[in-house]
Amino acid sequence: MKQDSPVAYDSKVEGNIIFTKVDAAINWMRSNSLWPMPMGLACCAIELMAASSSRFDISRFGAEVMRFSPRQSDVMIVAGTVTYKMALAVKRVWDQMPEPKWCIAMGACASSGGMYRSYAVLQGIDHLLPVDVYISGCPPRPEALLDGLMKLQRKIMGEHALEDQKRALVEAI
Amino acid sequence: MTSAEAASTVAAKFKPVSQSEFRGEHSLEFPPGAIHDVCAFCRDELGFDYLTDIAGVDHYGEEPRFELVYELAILETGTHLRLKTRVSEDDPVVVTVSDLWPTADWHEREAFDMYGVRFDGHPDLRRILMWEGYPYHPLRKDFPLEGKPSDVPEVAFTSTAPLAGGPFVTAPTPGTTQVREPRARRAGDPLPDKPFLAEP
Repeated sequence: MKQDSPVAYDSKVEGNIIFTKVDAAINWMRSNSLWPMPMGLACCAIELMAASSSRFDISRFGAEVMRFSPRQSDVMIVAGTVTYKMALAVKRVWDQMPEPKWCIAMGACASSGGMYRSYAVLQGIDHLLPVDVYISGCPPRPEALLDGLMKLQRKIMGEHALEDQKRALVEAI
Repeated sequence: MTSAEAASTVAAKFKPVSQSEFRGEHSLEFPPGAIHDVCAFCRDELGFDYLTDIAGVDHYGEEPRFELVYELAILETGTHLRLKTRVSEDDPVVVTVSDLWPTADWHEREAFDMYGVRFDGHPDLRRILMWEGYPYHPLRKDFPLEGKPSDVPEVAFTSTAPLAGGPFVTAPTPGTTQVREPRARRAGDPLPDKPFLAEP
């Protein structure tokens, strides 16, 4: 067990009791069971499908439960070209997702408009939503998506929402 | 029936404005008022049972400005015939052919959406690719590639795309793919003398 690990556990001393911080435990649970909202809009969605099938197997990272209802999802994977006609629909689905929620911009188009410098395409989904992880590629390979997912997990592990709430509460008192 | 026979039959019955042949493909141009009669004749008498496409062309700076191209085919024999008509910008109206071929419905909606040509008698002339309320016709030559700002609350909005020095286009040269690589360049820009290398 590393010294800076959020979970300190020695079975000889502690038996069936684990000491950790609530933030660390919640982050650990959240990051290992991310339910994606697959916002497949173009060819990136094909790679997203490939990432969830047997060869790449996104369930190794706990993100295999693709939810087509925004109410049940944690992370929106925007996979593909966001046209202006679709943009506000994507925004509406995002608004319907409950907090906490994260967003992965998968591929060049979702990140920046990609090769579509034109009248019809939104120049990056970050004009509408807060994006946590950008994945380069046109389209990115499934490995790149899995790498982005791991980066998001690492980001979630560093969140300290409860700590902040506690500090705000103490200050308020 | 061959394409040449069909073209000469149509040309004998109706008076085309012009007639041309290129690599076995025959094109006939008619005034906009005649196009529905010509199409009905082609379908009923000559057996053109399939409308492949209706395309729009913007001859910006010429008069009449817009051109519509009807691609007709006989599925059984593969015979092809192209009909054209030109309409002016002031009165861009053509009679619909969606009563002859139902597929013309959506083709005409696309031509309306992209060029602003209207079709008289069309059952449902709405935009098909852009949304209702979008104020421009984006395939017109005077519409910039990067678009113009627009906003329809709750439906859609657009803003101008950054072109960063020119449209992102490939260059037609006999060079290697590295020379032809799509880059931001304006029309008439000199070609790069060295190929673009991502990792030299």
